[in-house]
Amino acid sequence: MLAIIVKRIGNAALVMLVVAFIAFMIFQFLGDPVQLMLNAQASQEERVALRLRLGLDQPVVMQFFSFVIRAVQGDFGISFRNQREVMSLIAERFPATFELVMVSTVLALAIGVPLGVFAAINPKNPAARIARMISMVGVSVPAFVIGIVLILVFSVQLGWLPAFGRGEVVQFGTWSTGLLTPSGRLALIMPATSLALFQISFIMRLVTAEMLEVLRTDYVKFARARGLPDRIVHFRHALRNCMMPVVTMTGMLIGDLIAFALVTETVFQWPGMGLLFVQAVMFIDIPVMAAYLMIVSVIFITLNTIVDFIYLAVDPRLRQTGTAGGANVR
Amino acid sequence: MNAAFAPNEPPLDPPVLSIRDLRVEFPTRRGVLTAIRGVSLTIRRGEILGVVGESGAGKSLTGAAVIGLLEPPGRIAGGEIHVSGKRIDSLPRRQLMALRGKTIGAIFQDPLTSLNPLLTVGDQLVETIRCHLPLSRTEAARRAIDLLNEVGIPSPELRVGQYPHQFSGGMRQRVVIALALAAEPELVVADEPTTALDVSIQAQITGLLKRICRERGTAIMLVTHDMGVIAETADRVAVMYAGRIVEIGPVEDLIKRPQHPYTRGLIGSIPSLAARHERLAQIDGAMPRLNSMPAGCAFNPRCEIADARCRSDLPKLLPSGRGSVACWKLALAEAVEAA
Repeated sequence: MLAIIVKRIGNAALVMLVVAFIAFMIFQFLGDPVQLMLNAQASQEERVALRLRLGLDQPVVMQFFSFVIRAVQGDFGISFRNQREVMSLIAERFPATFELVMVSTVLALAIGVPLGVFAAINPKNPAARIARMISMVGVSVPAFVIGIVLILVFSVQLGWLPAFGRGEVVQFGTWSTGLLTPSGRLALIMPATSLALFQISFIMRLVTAEMLEVLRTDYVKFARARGLPDRIVHFRHALRNCMMPVVTMTGMLIGDLIAFALVTETVFQWPGMGLLFVQAVMFIDIPVMAAYLMIVSVIFITLNTIVDFIYLAVDPRLRQTGTAGGANVR
Repeated sequence: MNAAFAPNEPPLDPPVLSIRDLRVEFPTRRGVLTAIRGVSLTIRRGEILGVVGESGAGKSLTGAAVIGLLEPPGRIAGGEIHVSGKRIDSLPRRQLMALRGKTIGAIFQDPLTSLNPLLTVGDQLVETIRCHLPLSRTEAARRAIDLLNEVGIPSPELRVGQYPHQFSGGMRQRVVIALALAAEPELVVADEPTTALDVSIQAQITGLLKRICRERGTAIMLVTHDMGVIAETADRVAVMYAGRIVEIGPVEDLIKRPQHPYTRGLIGSIPSLAARHERLAQIDGAMPRLNSMPAGCAFNPRCEIADARCRSDLPKLLPSGRGSVACWKLALAEAVEAA
């Protein structure tokens, strides 16, 4: 068990190193940073001074080494565009995105899983049919369309909810949260809904499909034949067995949303990482892009590692390195 | 209870399972398919009835109908099923569910897939026990260990906390049997309980079933296609063909003196060591499809001795010797054999 955990963490570290190398190469070869940072009138002395300051005179291996060392410490250099620490820029933006994604994921799981179970258990129920139909729309309509429609209805027409921004936020050290103020919560409703709609639909469809599969298995039939009540058969036996793909997909969805919520963030002018990234791309702000790449990778790898650990917790078969108890497995 | 002391009591206990003229249908778009066409049988306390037949003969469906777990759209279209004198086929779903596990236990074919891989064997036993008996968690856990012990699992105290994948196939089938027995049912329907197992393990499992039947007085309906298992385990045998019982009787009679041409074909096709150089006897043709049942006896297209009456009228299951047979040619067949 411990060996598996150590191995998983080792894997994660290795993947991170590879990603760091790619980020470093972008930094190194996507144009000359000195060229990009200074304006055309800069003198030769200024150029050399900056080159030295950025450590660009050293061999590539040393540069990569110091890049990794600095990255581990959260130092990704200075943004070309606004001459500020990249890390502090990201630290400013990250909580907004994280909060948005987490709220919509919690919504998605809280609504999607029960709906999926319901639709699988009562396939002929009219409410389940309607839910399935809406979920079809939910997975096909892009989030920004939903966002625009929401703004149109609830901000422009009804004037109930703010159309943009995060509302008031409360600072906890470097972390800012909008969950503690009424205006922050109000501002969160529409962006979270427009992100969650896809997730709810997706998770519901996934759970339904998996449940239908699992409900046909022998162990579910046998559980019924033993006279176990429906509640236990459905939740203890069936749902638990279809949690694996749901956990996997939820992990990927969270990563995906944190990295690429930029469309929704743009629609709602949400001051998150997506907006930062769009601006970085437009200004070819390489340190920000490199840091973004690294941070998104860290998030994905962390999520995947967590998903792996959840697997281990849910499925006893994976915990096994050998066969215990003298059992001879056929 | 008082009925047991009644003066004109029948010589034997009332049967644990009694099926009368059971019909099972599958409504499909192209019409209704009748998969079981009037099956009647009884099983007494402490008796093992083997139900044998080839694939699609309706033997598993009969078992599923008794447990009340016919796969939709399959449904019981006629007849009656009584368990311990109580009619169960017309019960509402809730009451039928209360009987499952409690009065009727079930054992399925594949022990590798019958157990939930994510729960320990003990969890699955305890939940089943507590669902039927008013026991506390610790009492149920103790009973789970007793059950594992009873079905012959070594060191049950240790095994109870293990997951199904830590058990071998034979051990898993023992767990399945323990689960079926958790609430001490009067009847156990075992659908191909040994088919997925090695031959050596098969013998252990059939031995276990026999022991349970003897010690607990459980009635067992043993559904299988394996005549060898039947011969070893069952007290009586019902031979099914195309949704009907063609012959039923004590196992030794049926094996030594099969009467129905189909039963004779079945027994004749069992390989024996004595006749190793002969070509194995076989019954030509295949069982008719449900949507193209021949008129008369369903076996007539494959029967060597069928005549005009076999092709027009359905033979009834009539007493013959110690059992019953459904064949028009019975008298004639005996004459042929004698010649």
